[in-house]
Amino acid sequence: MQRRLAAPAASAPVESGKGAAKQRGLGVVLSLQGLLIIAVLVALAPAAFMIMTSLKTPEQYNIDRLGLPDPFTFGNYAQVISQHPFLLWMANSAILSVGSVLVSTAVAALGAYAIARMRFRGRELLLSLSTSLMAVPPVVMVVPLFVMFTQIGLVGTYQGVILIYAGLLTPFSVYLLVTFFRTIPTELIEAALIDGATPLGVLTRIILPLSGAPLVTLFIVNLLYVWNDLLIALLFLPNENLRTLMVGISVFQGRYLQNIPLSMAGMALASVPMLILYIVFQRYFIRGLVAGAVKG
Amino acid sequence: MVRTRPLTPYLFIAPLVGLLVFIFGYPLARVFDFSTRRIRGFDGPSVGFANFEALFADPVFWLAVRHNLQLLLAIIPLLLLSLLLAIALYERLGGWRIFRTIVFLPYILAIPIVAVVLRNMFQLNGPINTVLRSVGLEGLALDWLGDADIALWTVMAMIIWRESAFGVVLFLSRLLSLNEELAESAQLDGANWWQRTLYIVIPQLRGVIEFYLVLSLITLLAAVFSYVYIVPGRGGPGNATMILELYIYNWAFDKRLPGMGAAVSVVLFLVTIVFMVLMFRLRRQAAAEEVG
Repeated sequence: MQRRLAAPAASAPVESGKGAAKQRGLGVVLSLQGLLIIAVLVALAPAAFMIMTSLKTPEQYNIDRLGLPDPFTFGNYAQVISQHPFLLWMANSAILSVGSVLVSTAVAALGAYAIARMRFRGRELLLSLSTSLMAVPPVVMVVPLFVMFTQIGLVGTYQGVILIYAGLLTPFSVYLLVTFFRTIPTELIEAALIDGATPLGVLTRIILPLSGAPLVTLFIVNLLYVWNDLLIALLFLPNENLRTLMVGISVFQGRYLQNIPLSMAGMALASVPMLILYIVFQRYFIRGLVAGAVKG
Repeated sequence: MVRTRPLTPYLFIAPLVGLLVFIFGYPLARVFDFSTRRIRGFDGPSVGFANFEALFADPVFWLAVRHNLQLLLAIIPLLLLSLLLAIALYERLGGWRIFRTIVFLPYILAIPIVAVVLRNMFQLNGPINTVLRSVGLEGLALDWLGDADIALWTVMAMIIWRESAFGVVLFLSRLLSLNEELAESAQLDGANWWQRTLYIVIPQLRGVIEFYLVLSLITLLAAVFSYVYIVPGRGGPGNATMILELYIYNWAFDKRLPGMGAAVSVVLFLVTIVFMVLMFRLRRQAAAEEVG
């Protein structure tokens, strides 16, 4: 696995159906199939509960916890959208996610190019330090960061929070890009340099265009991380109009502890953006999260 | 390596170093400094180890430590469950790709969303207890989140539900890259499915299993804030699901004593250093394989 982890983007996932002629007892096959079916049901149950409940009225839910909605009502969704700024929250989350990913990728690409292809003192040390920062839990930095950000007036600003997220994402971005950049033949770079390209030009015109796969991976893993984060957003964006989706729903759910169908409609709505991304980019999600294991 | 002017590499790494110092380096240095001060606002007088003394005298701190340690137990079901499911998927029985897509679904849903949905399912009169009662398991219909003795176990079950999805995909992708000749020749030698799985397939997963263990330990120690913040409601009932992350949050932001929060952070950081070393060694191994 280490090899795959080390060069995740470079190796395509092996998904061939080879090795078909395996011999297994019928008992083994049946129990494995049974296990998988149970696992799928357990994995799906909460999503099914969420969607079914969101289509019931509170009265219906009180009578019947598990049955199908009868009749289906979309009133909960209408109420959620009309009374709560879900779209604003999503927009805030999107701005923060995309902003952090762009900043982190730019900073990491510059650094990773130098680490992978240039000679300078402290190169290995920088890579080791940066890599080991992947294991530092963000909560450890939160207290001093908050004090520092209060002091310099960055609490409650997009820029401040984007900086924090970008910082947290960067060790992984550097790690992934260094690994990939090292697989790009030096001859390509040297040829461009002889043709008069600047080092920055080499990065933007030769290396990055070749790095589509790791860049997509980075984009997805890092986007998911920022989109799903609660702690940083909760602390650093106290202003109501800057709330992210995760902070929004944690406030929202607290107000509707008794109205579970409404609460479920909110959750279902909040799941939509990532579900769409997952369905469209499933391959990259799986490949990227396996590569990005460290982001948890 | 490409030849450059001597200063060029430093220009390229400058933003990286700057960002890492700003978000990791400086705060990590400050957190040690803060832990020895009584901070009001931005700064405060040095109090030596008084914060740590207060911390170690606080029963809630030890409760949080105990809960984090208890959550570490989840590592065993996490590993076994994801290994078992990955191996089942690896057999490529009918529809395995769809199964894989669905099994990974819990990991796509954000923890706060998962937490809200599962909390409702685990209510005293929620759907889980409804099912248990309807199949005659009245005695198992517990107050999953309201009962202080059970709440943390319930949270643990939720963590296992979501985090094992990742393990499955991790192990499966390693399995799919294995060389199958070994297992095939063992089959020719008469080894049955169990023998092949236990003695041929699983040993080849050693590296990825180690990696997953380290990763899960870090998650269970320091990345479960969203679960306990939402599920039973801020570490409740009482302090039944208090964990170190939430404990830091409470000191620093509810009670507004950043010095105390920093002291807890220092403790948590020192523990994670152990894991950082482990992670670093795994990575080095990976790098060595890459070159070799």
